[in-house]
Amino acid sequence: MSTDHTDADAAHAHGAPRPDQDDTITYYRAMEIAVRELLIDKGILTAGDVRRQVESMDARGPKGGAAMVARAWVDPAFKQRMLRDGSAAARELGLEIGPLRLIVVENTPEVHNVIVCTLCSCYPRMLLGLPPDWYKSRNYRSRTVREPRAVLAEFGTTIPADMRICVHDSTADMRYLVLPLRPQGTEHLSEAELANMVTRDSMIGVAVIEASRANRVSLAERNCSIGFNFRG
Amino acid sequence: MRFRPGDRVRVRRSFPIGHVRTPYYVRGKAGLVERACGSFPNPEELAYARPGLPALPLYRVQFLQRDLWPDYAGHPADVLVAEIYQHWLEAVENLQ
Repeated sequence: MSTDHTDADAAHAHGAPRPDQDDTITYYRAMEIAVRELLIDKGILTAGDVRRQVESMDARGPKGGAAMVARAWVDPAFKQRMLRDGSAAARELGLEIGPLRLIVVENTPEVHNVIVCTLCSCYPRMLLGLPPDWYKSRNYRSRTVREPRAVLAEFGTTIPADMRICVHDSTADMRYLVLPLRPQGTEHLSEAELANMVTRDSMIGVAVIEASRANRVSLAERNCSIGFNFRG
Repeated sequence: MRFRPGDRVRVRRSFPIGHVRTPYYVRGKAGLVERACGSFPNPEELAYARPGLPALPLYRVQFLQRDLWPDYAGHPADVLVAEIYQHWLEAVENLQ
């Protein structure tokens, strides 16, 4: 009767059961398990504490960074404060950033900024959530410093030949956020609507925010007065 | 704090063993101090569970891409900025 039973029968019919999908236990994975189990055995943490922390890290997204960008677009004085001291600006918006030392770099019609960490994968997790896998890849890390235009083109971002590129290698204690250019045709949008347009990749600098996206967002907002949205 | 924004500096061409946060591709290269970032415990010590004190001044140093890569293909004014600790930097005047 149950679908489980049917699946098991089907697996039998095809021969040996499939192997587990678990990854191999690497050195560092074994180390993590050992340390975690010791901390739990000694009563320093509970398994629930660990699970809750993992859940909270997984739940983080680029909303904090997007809120900073949208505020900077509508409030020139805030933008100046943010470019002077990114961490203070984040705290001003009530964002929880811990000891993060944030530098915000501004895209202009003359200069495009892009962030990379060649030595590891430093990333402003408190503002953008967990980094995408490609950000941690050897390919992105080694090539972005050497041929940024080619890497950006692979993301579908073509930087005009007469526009300068500034690559920021996050080698030590600072973390970086790109302030993207505000797309044209967004003058009618509210701060919350602007924040909805700001993507993670635009704040890493591998993408720009297109005006067409602005129009799509505002159209969706107008046509959908009830329903799910990301404004919180 | 030994350097100010606008100072011309060169990254030491040095290859010590152990944990180092100065990428290979900037070693021996000259650039401009973009800003001072404050002082931080030395990561070369922190990596081995030592305190890394006294804290070292950290700078953002800006390099021309064409100085880093002889075959760089982009705009001649494209730049790269990296964070470099003070003990890795020398004033360019001292080398001449």
